[in-house]
Amino acid sequence: MDSFLHRYRNVSVLFVAIVAQIAAIAWQVRQDNDVPLLRVWAVSAVTPVATAIENIRSSAFGIFGDFFAGHGSRDETRTLRADRDRLRLENQLLKDQLATAQQANALAGFAKQSPSKMIGARVIGMTTGMGTHSVLIDRGSFSGVEKGMAVVTPDGIVGKVLQVYKFASQVLSVTDAGFAASVESQKNHTRGVMKGLGNSSAKVDYVPSGQKVDVGEVFYTSGDDRVFPRGMPAGKVTSVKDGATFQEIYIDPFAAEATPEEVFVLVDPVHQQIPEAPPPDSPVFLAPDTQTSADTPETPSKGTQADQLVDQYKKIGAAQNHEFGQGATVPNFNLKVPGVNAPMGSAGASGGSGARSASGGILSSAAGSVARAATGGSGIVRRVPVAATGGSGAVHIAPRPVGVSGLSR
Amino acid sequence: MATGHHILVDDARQVRRARYPKWVLFVVPLTALLIQIYLPLFETLRFVSKIDLPLLVTIYFALMSRSQLRGLAIGLVLGLAQDSFSRFYIGMYGLCKTMVGYMSASVGMQFDVEHPFVRMMLCLVFYLFHQFLYWVLQRAVLDQPVGFNMVGEALLAVINALIGVAIFHFLDKLRVRE
Repeated sequence: MDSFLHRYRNVSVLFVAIVAQIAAIAWQVRQDNDVPLLRVWAVSAVTPVATAIENIRSSAFGIFGDFFAGHGSRDETRTLRADRDRLRLENQLLKDQLATAQQANALAGFAKQSPSKMIGARVIGMTTGMGTHSVLIDRGSFSGVEKGMAVVTPDGIVGKVLQVYKFASQVLSVTDAGFAASVESQKNHTRGVMKGLGNSSAKVDYVPSGQKVDVGEVFYTSGDDRVFPRGMPAGKVTSVKDGATFQEIYIDPFAAEATPEEVFVLVDPVHQQIPEAPPPDSPVFLAPDTQTSADTPETPSKGTQADQLVDQYKKIGAAQNHEFGQGATVPNFNLKVPGVNAPMGSAGASGGSGARSASGGILSSAAGSVARAATGGSGIVRRVPVAATGGSGAVHIAPRPVGVSGLSR
Repeated sequence: MATGHHILVDDARQVRRARYPKWVLFVVPLTALLIQIYLPLFETLRFVSKIDLPLLVTIYFALMSRSQLRGLAIGLVLGLAQDSFSRFYIGMYGLCKTMVGYMSASVGMQFDVEHPFVRMMLCLVFYLFHQFLYWVLQRAVLDQPVGFNMVGEALLAVINALIGVAIFHFLDKLRVRE
């Protein structure tokens, strides 16, 4: 027996190693769990180094890379050259600071605008294999990140948290073959399931053949999957083919166009409205900064549209000294109350359709708050398409903020 | 380098196990892993994700160690480390690289593994073998509907083999001189 084992020792060890790993995989599949200790060791070994490299790169490489690349002409005097280089270095430093500040402002604007509670994180690593895409971020359980949380940028959804370690997390990318999220199209409100394809694109499954989806249409998260809140941009349709039962819809995920440097983990996601699709030929203008406008209606409180409507009705009732639940009288809900459902300064004029004017007020308020958030601090002006709604001046909310493409590497 | 044009072992020197400083055995695999996960973050360096550096490192150390157990061990460790960063279950890369490490070491005892052509061919074959085995595991064990793009993988195998030869040449410089 001893001689047998000695003779076939190497093959025996190989056999044991293979059987052990197959058993480990089978156990993980069965338990729907893995061996966290190994991942923790590996991630703990690599994360500090990757974080350090990323910090050094982002703070120093840009400045010194451009500084050294900037050396050139030999004809200039040494003094002038030294001055030029010093000024160039200063200039580069200032540019870098400005870019960082602009980026921080854009991110802060997004975080401020979104009703969801979120944590900012930096991408420090990426893993790709056959059909797999995931990234490592520098926030983990220590910062409150939990498995299954949504990860987004102002451009759109990035993925969801797959594994959480103390100071890092692994995020499954939207382009991974195992990724899925429920989505809804902006224009035709067609619902489906967005799935990664393992390359840079994704597809939307389970859309019946009869339903209309246009090329160029934008898909937003529908909120049905309980991971991504409703209203986050997901991707733009690149091709649509009719199938026997379901359509073949391919989309370009917004956040996967380039790996983002910084992302947000949604700790407490809040649903938002999917913005209405702009009419095809509507003119586009740069919306004025509503922060300084005195006659902007009051920004509605957080909550659903129904909550906002209840709040509005309460204020209209209060304007008529009506106490809800007291007596059999009903207040006039069509009454225009300045700052509630009418601009400041106008009063009492009742619209032809109460429902339309009420919803118009909400849209105006929401548009105002979005525009404020978009311009607040960052100086970013968002393009808002005009859509006249019964003379109320209400505008559609623009689908997503612009001017934050500098986030991508 | 190779003696003459022979690719089979015909010299006692060719079957001698290469020795490396201990730090090399830690730093090189760790660097390979770091490069694999960090550089693809940059748009212009995205192609790095297509180069399986941990696999090339496994093949190199297994070939040069000329010991099946050492090859198996390095393949196992690097594979499991790579698994730790992938989204799949632990053991997928581990199993593939264990096999590659063992087989590389077995082949290393038959060929002159310092011959660039031998190295290139071994990298090419083992890359394809590794990818095929991983694909089989994905389909058979995880029931993932993933396709195997033979032409694409063959092209990547050639690129990996060429890069492997260059890396092997660099790693040769780290050997302990006898």
